[in-house]
Amino acid sequence: MEYSEKVKKHFLNPSNLGKIEAEGLGQGEELVTGEVGNPACGDLMKIYVRIKNNKIIGCKVETFGCAAAIACSSVTTELAIGKTIEEAKELTRERIVQELDGLPPLKLHCSNLAVDALKKALENYEKGINVIKK
Amino acid sequence: MEKRIYLDNGATTQVDPAVLDAMLPFFCKKYGNVSSLHSFGKEARHSVEKNRKVIAESINAEPEEIIFTSGGTESDNLAIKGIAVYMRDKGKNHIITTKIEHPAVLNVCKVLERKGISVTYLDVDPEGFIDLKELEQKITEKTSLVSIIHANNEIGTIQDMKKIGEICRKKKVLFHTDAVQSFTKVPIDVKKMKIDLLSLSGHKIHGPKGTGVLYVKKDLSIEPLLHGGGQENGKRAGTENASGIIGFGKAVELASDKTHVKKMTRLRDYFIGRIEKEIPDTKLNGPEGSKRLCNNINMSFKYVEGESILLHLDNYGIAVSTGSACSQLNLRPSHVLEALDLPDEFVHGTIRFTISRFTTKAELDYAAEKLKDIIKKLRKISPLAK
Repeated sequence: MEYSEKVKKHFLNPSNLGKIEAEGLGQGEELVTGEVGNPACGDLMKIYVRIKNNKIIGCKVETFGCAAAIACSSVTTELAIGKTIEEAKELTRERIVQELDGLPPLKLHCSNLAVDALKKALENYEKGINVIKK
Repeated sequence: MEKRIYLDNGATTQVDPAVLDAMLPFFCKKYGNVSSLHSFGKEARHSVEKNRKVIAESINAEPEEIIFTSGGTESDNLAIKGIAVYMRDKGKNHIITTKIEHPAVLNVCKVLERKGISVTYLDVDPEGFIDLKELEQKITEKTSLVSIIHANNEIGTIQDMKKIGEICRKKKVLFHTDAVQSFTKVPIDVKKMKIDLLSLSGHKIHGPKGTGVLYVKKDLSIEPLLHGGGQENGKRAGTENASGIIGFGKAVELASDKTHVKKMTRLRDYFIGRIEKEIPDTKLNGPEGSKRLCNNINMSFKYVEGESILLHLDNYGIAVSTGSACSQLNLRPSHVLEALDLPDEFVHGTIRFTISRFTTKAELDYAAEKLKDIIKKLRKISPLAK
């Protein structure tokens, strides 16, 4: 069960891990969050998406989980930033795995929750849940 | 990667260079088959028997009670299958073990269950100790064997062999223990402890891999796993692994210097003390003090996940292991951690550090510094840590 070099790179130096504070929002920007997973199962992710004019201009994620979970989180944020909401909704788990040059079979499901968290956040955005506007 | 620090001696150990030196002549010069009657066979046989004696003496057994095997797993298999199958034919179809055994015991028990032998798995308390009263109560007329691990491989809990042995002898059931982790680190006396069968392994004590011993008390009948040329008193067929046995014996000899145990105990407590003081929200799993294996440190770090800690440490050249779910093939926390009933927020962040007599304080200081940074870094990105 070895990880690819890409997974190792993203795990050791992940992009955009952490949270986005509402205080930092600029004029016309919105912040929405989404959370998936369960600490009892060993995986929990909370994603923060910063939106302006229907476009994702910032994305960070807090991750409790294994190396694969952290690498998936890192890649998900990188792929989300710069996309419109509609484009971001098209992101799939397969796309994340592809970006990481594959994951060990056992890790395909449980670790790859960041993209689910992103979808959850975008769903929340459309429903007006957990949205902060400036 | 420059520095390499090995803190996974519970998994395996480096072969002591003196062990390797002792083994080398037995590959190209003294390569005779122990069973052969000529001079080649004789010189190999003499060396094997000398080392059988060394190992026997280290546990206060007789040389003829020592059976050489391929390792701890084979010894556990031979002991449990060998007794359970033999005794089932005599109408005893029940064995007792614990929930925190090594898989080499647990999975043998599962196989036996499928073959109609009933197995009782004893619970353990939060430090990993069995309840002696419960053990006594669970022994019935149908019980043939009790198998209880001496020192647990994950959390280092040392069970009271003497009391368990007394209970088993009183109730007239056989007593087997897997002493793979405790051997040379905790005193073992098969006579005083009333042990009938005991498993040992060479590679956990700076000997070669592929070497093991099963001590079987004199006059005890056991069903062999391997049938063939009648080696090892008919209990384990196959040409003796002479070089391995010589290495195993040498490793036992080198370990007789008990200052090693004192040194490891001191380093263990130093490391635990540093971590507990310098990293908040941590928990030591298993007991403290003399009832803990001298080389075992098992700690849980709240809000972070074990595999992530392990791989960050590996990136600094530090080798450890984890019983966390994400490292297991079934994605469940290890059966030992589950048996302890640790709170969820701790169980996933569990790391085992196992030191050896070669471990230095400087290595542990380096590991502690890196661990501190890693836990801080991982907690910073964890949604659970506030």
